[in-house]
Amino acid sequence: MIKKELFLRGYKSILKPDSPAIALGCCFIAIGALLKNIGFNIQESVFSTMLIYALPGSLVMAESILVGSSLLSIFIAVWFVNARLYPMAVSLFPLMMDESQPKWKYYLSCHFIAVSAWLIMKSNYETIKKKDRVDFWIGIGSATWSVAVLSTIIGFYLSDYLNKDMLMGLAILNPIYFTCMMVGAMKTIQITFSVMLGGILGPVFYFFSPEWSILLGGLIGGSIAYLIGEKNVN
Amino acid sequence: MSINILLSIIVTSLATYISRFLGVLSSVRIKETTRIFRWFNCLAYATLAALIARTIVFPVGVLSDASYSSRILVVLLSLGIFFITKKNFVYPTIFSAISMSLINNYF
Repeated sequence: MIKKELFLRGYKSILKPDSPAIALGCCFIAIGALLKNIGFNIQESVFSTMLIYALPGSLVMAESILVGSSLLSIFIAVWFVNARLYPMAVSLFPLMMDESQPKWKYYLSCHFIAVSAWLIMKSNYETIKKKDRVDFWIGIGSATWSVAVLSTIIGFYLSDYLNKDMLMGLAILNPIYFTCMMVGAMKTIQITFSVMLGGILGPVFYFFSPEWSILLGGLIGGSIAYLIGEKNVN
Repeated sequence: MSINILLSIIVTSLATYISRFLGVLSSVRIKETTRIFRWFNCLAYATLAALIARTIVFPVGVLSDASYSSRILVVLLSLGIFFITKKNFVYPTIFSAISMSLINNYF
């Protein structure tokens, strides 16, 4: 089963002064308000954050419902937008894989993969023994997931009191927080170039293909950064 | 719950979980010391940077009503505060929310 001590240590990581809880919470407050405005009730809003737990996916779903898209087109659009979760999983789970741990922990806890939990785990995993990392990860994921669900409820009920300028302030908060976190993570040549090239190529590819811009920017920018880093090491 | 909204939530959650689950399945065969792991690490950081940059430059939702120059100004000022405060994450984040609201309200 899950080691309580490691789980709590992970859970408490969002209580640190520089934790992403504030940024994450504000974003889901905005999502809660958005969902209410497009006609979701409180149960549907909470249910969507619990099951989806990915901001861009929720935004795409909300937009698609507004324009009356089919379920198939919602599925494809969300799959494209959230395909970034695949490289995020592949770059995180090998750090946690241990034969002493049951597989179900990995299959269930992958639901917690999101930018906030991913960045916390990436900056803390070295302090935890490999066999214990998945329990630590489940703690981090449960904490960020709880913040998201709670904030959706707050946003839903606050939506009548939030004006457009306030919502705009909440909306910019998340990209700014993650920009700072990414800049803070630029400690190796590969990560530095990955962040810089991804940040440039993502918007550039938007002019050619809005749907593919994030994936193409990540794939090409990340591959160039990888090659630069490998060449430099060699 | 309305059936359309419920189905949309289920379809969206399945489309999201697929990428996460496939990532875990692929991770079983990948060791953290291998080149392919380092490559995927670069892809993950670059994809996140692309997503964040796109959110700022070509936003959807309420942020799209703010002018391009105001968004860039808030990003630059927040990054300045990030470095001035010795890479503290909280100050620039709070600053960005307040400054975005004020800039949009008064300019």
